[in-house]
Amino acid sequence: MEYRLGVDVGGTFTDLLLIEEDTGRTYRSKVPSTPADPSQAVLMGTQKICDMAGISASDLSFFMHGTTVATNAVLERKYARVGLVVTDGYRQILQVARSLVPGGLASWIIWQKPETLAPLECTIEIPERLDAQGHIIRELDEDNLRRQLETLKKEKVEAVTVCLINSFANNAHEQRVGKIIREEMPDIPVSLSSDILPEKQEYERALTTVANSAVRPTVARYVQNLRNELRAQNMTGQINLLRSDGGLMSSEKSEELPVALLMSGPAGGVSGALWIAGHAGYNNLLTLDMGGTSTDVSLIENGTARVTRDTVVGDLTVRTSSLDIKTVGAGGGSIAHVPELTGALRVGPESAGAVPGPACYGSGGDKPTVTDANVVLGYLPASLLGGEMKLDVAAARKAVQTIADALDISLMAAAAGIIDIVNENMFGALRIVSVQQGYDPRDFALIGFGGGGPLQANAIGKLTQSWPVIIPPGPGVLCAYGDATTRMRAEAAQSLSSRLDNADGQQIEEILETMAGDVSRQLVEQGVPVLEQEVQFEAGVRYQGQGFEVVMPFTREGFAKTGLDQLAEAFHAEHEKLFTFRLEAPIELVNLRVTVLGKRANVKAIKIVRGNGDPREAQMGVTPVWMDGEEKQAKLYDREKLRAGDKITGPAIITEMDSTTLILSGHVADVDRFGNILINPCA
Amino acid sequence: MAATIIQENTTAFNTVDVDPITLDIIENALKNARFEMDATLFRTAMSPGIREQGDAFPLIADKGGLMLAGQFGSFIQGFLNGYDGTIEEGDIFWLSDPYTCEGAVSHANDWLVLLAIFKERRHVGWSAMFGHMTDVGGMVPGSLPTNAITIFQEGIRIPPVKLYRKGVRQEDLLKVVLHQCRMPEWAGADLNAIVAACRMAERRVVEMCDRFGSDTYISATLKLLDRNRRAMAQLIATSVGEEKVSFEDYVCDDGRGFGPYKIKCTMWREGDKVILDWEGTDPQSESSINFYLNENMLKMFFGIYMIMVFDPQILFNDGFYDLVEVRIPEGSLLKPRFPAALSCRTHALGRIFDVLGALLGQRQPEFLNAAGFSSSPHLMYSGYDSQGEWFQLFQIGFGGIPGRPFGDGPDGHSLWPGFTNVPNEFLEAYFPLRIERYETIADSGGAGLNRGGNGISIHYHFLQDGTISIHDDRWFTYPWGVHGGNPGMRSTKTLVRKDGEREVLPSKCDDISVRIGDVLIYNTWGGGGWGNPLDRDAELVAREVRQGLVSPQGARNYGVVLDVENDVDEAATRDLRAVMQENIKTSQIFNSGPSLEELRERCLAETGLPAPIQPVWN
Repeated sequence: MEYRLGVDVGGTFTDLLLIEEDTGRTYRSKVPSTPADPSQAVLMGTQKICDMAGISASDLSFFMHGTTVATNAVLERKYARVGLVVTDGYRQILQVARSLVPGGLASWIIWQKPETLAPLECTIEIPERLDAQGHIIRELDEDNLRRQLETLKKEKVEAVTVCLINSFANNAHEQRVGKIIREEMPDIPVSLSSDILPEKQEYERALTTVANSAVRPTVARYVQNLRNELRAQNMTGQINLLRSDGGLMSSEKSEELPVALLMSGPAGGVSGALWIAGHAGYNNLLTLDMGGTSTDVSLIENGTARVTRDTVVGDLTVRTSSLDIKTVGAGGGSIAHVPELTGALRVGPESAGAVPGPACYGSGGDKPTVTDANVVLGYLPASLLGGEMKLDVAAARKAVQTIADALDISLMAAAAGIIDIVNENMFGALRIVSVQQGYDPRDFALIGFGGGGPLQANAIGKLTQSWPVIIPPGPGVLCAYGDATTRMRAEAAQSLSSRLDNADGQQIEEILETMAGDVSRQLVEQGVPVLEQEVQFEAGVRYQGQGFEVVMPFTREGFAKTGLDQLAEAFHAEHEKLFTFRLEAPIELVNLRVTVLGKRANVKAIKIVRGNGDPREAQMGVTPVWMDGEEKQAKLYDREKLRAGDKITGPAIITEMDSTTLILSGHVADVDRFGNILINPCA
Repeated sequence: MAATIIQENTTAFNTVDVDPITLDIIENALKNARFEMDATLFRTAMSPGIREQGDAFPLIADKGGLMLAGQFGSFIQGFLNGYDGTIEEGDIFWLSDPYTCEGAVSHANDWLVLLAIFKERRHVGWSAMFGHMTDVGGMVPGSLPTNAITIFQEGIRIPPVKLYRKGVRQEDLLKVVLHQCRMPEWAGADLNAIVAACRMAERRVVEMCDRFGSDTYISATLKLLDRNRRAMAQLIATSVGEEKVSFEDYVCDDGRGFGPYKIKCTMWREGDKVILDWEGTDPQSESSINFYLNENMLKMFFGIYMIMVFDPQILFNDGFYDLVEVRIPEGSLLKPRFPAALSCRTHALGRIFDVLGALLGQRQPEFLNAAGFSSSPHLMYSGYDSQGEWFQLFQIGFGGIPGRPFGDGPDGHSLWPGFTNVPNEFLEAYFPLRIERYETIADSGGAGLNRGGNGISIHYHFLQDGTISIHDDRWFTYPWGVHGGNPGMRSTKTLVRKDGEREVLPSKCDDISVRIGDVLIYNTWGGGGWGNPLDRDAELVAREVRQGLVSPQGARNYGVVLDVENDVDEAATRDLRAVMQENIKTSQIFNSGPSLEELRERCLAETGLPAPIQPVWN
């Protein structure tokens, strides 16, 4: 029997999901996270879940892992000390950045510029130069390089990055520099920008490569630890990590390319949503993953999540592929406040975090948070959480009252206002991934998960008019589902600058052939045989002169003959869809990208028992809630006891181990055969 | 003369109650709509000036034309006053002549597009955007001739006209205008992009009317304006005094050898109203450095500077306009008479921000910033490439953000919102150029407890014969420091010919021929320092020396002495600081360096350029 284990490390809990491949039978487990060394919880949880299933670690064929180790290193600025080697004249490449001060007019008055990712005193510039076509203008001065490396040694750098001007066109100098550094500093990992991101734009390429170096030691240490421990338990199967783009890579590859892990955590949620909603028959989805401090949203079309070229974590934006996930600083812990000057109600981006947390947690927090507002409104009944955690309703009311006083409105109106504002913030993020990309959210279902998603999803569905609103079973461990069910992935890109009308289709096809071969070999090295591989092609295309390209998927078959024309026509159409117009201007082919995927996991979703449509068996009672400006009685249900076919009319609250689902009045929820709750407006 | 808005449905809107939550939601939705305008623009525009550097500004206005979301305040009223035709659903307006819209745009390079938004055939608001075109014809590539003496030399002037008439684009009109431009493809694409952005905002406003009801939307916009007004009234009452404060600063020269030109403003409060009186500003220039200043735009600048530190999340709007009165003397540098040339107004525009900051800061020293990179220097480079194709580069430069109460000024950054530099690899791929050096200039930021940001040095190596133009300032006067901070370094431009000969170029010049192999060293100025530099952490100074941001000699401006390893020599530092502290004579707020007379005397020796001649007016 083949077993797949998905492990998602969150801030508070590490979630595990074990899948028996043939039957689709699953085991779920949760252990407290161990932030000091996250691998401890992973190993503990692995042991626990194997025991539950009566197997040992050596029975695991696949160990798949979404991790926030790289993400947290960025958010907490726990970076390795990175040395940077640049072309003469460019020492301050990271200091100047793109010269942008974020925000509106006069925002420079209060902007704090973050420290550069590679310290300026650890940046050296070396004599060498290529032109834009990759011709050598100035030979590399190797002696000079060796001399200057002494500075990096003296500064005790822990990793080195090389980013030379125009190296995207010719990597010869970077290769040579890398070799010399390895000779001079044999214990220090070296990242070359022409390996990590062979694309035009020196700042983005440098920053992305430096980011790779900066998180590399932390990630490598973690991954090696984990692998050693698992191997010590005779686990001989594949150990893979989830990339930001929703694919998997081997643990060894992730040590070289940790920058591809920055969105590993949220990517698990989107992958999980894909898998579970796909089984339920929904292939067009908006995802809403609401946690304590932030919420991640994304769009899935035809069973595929959109991929973007920029990955944003905190104040760092790097150029790596990631699922197009927008993060808003709005979560259960987001604090509501009313600036005295304007008297407006603001929610977030400040968060009460896990400590002290919302006022209702009784851990010393006294600021009104979104969770407190939910408690005041009765959406999170205190009595329901049993022994797990007692919610302090009085403290929540006291905190929210400060908002009511500042706005001179009732307590309930203030609480409802906080919820409305936070929903609006999430709506704004959902618009960015949908409307702004030319999609109508009414053509999509909305899937809510994470700790807070099931509470807010119905209300947000009303704003986006995305029906049904889907609450999957185990919404708190959906990421682990994603980790366990997604596929291996590798990709390569190449910058071009050719006009479509005079491009040589034959030549491009040859380039594609070479790239596909390279990427395919990478996956073979990671244990995916060629026969199981699926190859995809994309081109970055724009009207000549534009600064942003539109990514167009295409097929390679017959490309030399008609591919270029088809690409041109598809681009015109896509441009019109996105921006309402098309131009007569020549079209430019900016880059090519090849993605190779492993085979899909053959994991079946498990079905639940069918009931008679009446959820009475699962009802636990009624509880008062404030909804639509008045107090109402909501029915309370235990999700464990719901059966397929059950129908629940709002207002209602459905509870389970890791989350609470709210169904608003005027809405009805159906339980499908996989245990999903599908919420729709009443007819 | 006034425009007529034609609505087929003239039912008045009902004023309805809007609860505070709905109000905040509408505010947020407007903010999102504005960002969508930017996103649409940047993704579809073609000129590097707009799509890479972000030189374009969106606006969503209420029915009455007041700004609800945007940055530069509303220019709708100026358009309405300057246009005498009808405005109907489906019309999209286009203009570029500052004299026809009361300075809504301030030079002919800025193309303004605006449209009235209708919901169920009733007028509910406006969306608009203007963007800087790389070229609109006229006497020099880039259309910003320093030595123009009338606006007729500055390219095509578009009065308010309908680019779309009831939804139909006026192709002939467009053809005529684009025909005047040296880069018609860019101009056409940029114009398209601006129209698309305005339509995006239109759709969003209509959706809001759908979602909340038109009555609620209209009432909410009024409340949003009122909310800003109340906030500003409170700020004005507490931070602007009844006694007058004045500040004056300078544009160094006019590109024709005359200068400096004084910009002076006096601020005081009368009741709940602030007066900003520009009396004392020099008369208009004969050349193109005049800035046709729109009063409403100035009110917006003032308001944003006031509020930035108190509620940065606010969506700033025009609601407070009646609380600010702006008086600008006719015929002055800031309100020149037609047909004065206007194209190079960027210097005066920038200096106004320094003046506003200084005025407000005198009343509230804790919020006073030093003088900064309050302009956007330009480089134009054009000619024919090796294929015989015309190329034309318009690049905006950056420099030092001033030292601030909030900390050091960032090095080589932009004070303008949304502006970014163009990647050098992009420049090298598309223009016959090599950027040999791209770094900030050590010591150019004024010393201070909080250091001023360094200016940038860019070395442009030209790979084709061509022509360049330069627009910069602060080469003669200094960016001032405050609270004991030193002034920043001034700007310089040097052309190193292929044979090694060096020429100092004026800060403002046109039609300079360059040859293959010449290198232009383009140095911008640094920001002023904030606070006493002797109080700055000596270890930080030493670190910045190792980083190349400050030189070992420059460390002495902070009273810091370093050893050969560039570590702090503590004893020597203590001694030097004690001596320097003794010599600090007065504790004046501003330090602009030497007097104008001294600057004139030393000008040739220090800058390599003759001192500007004091202009004389009759």
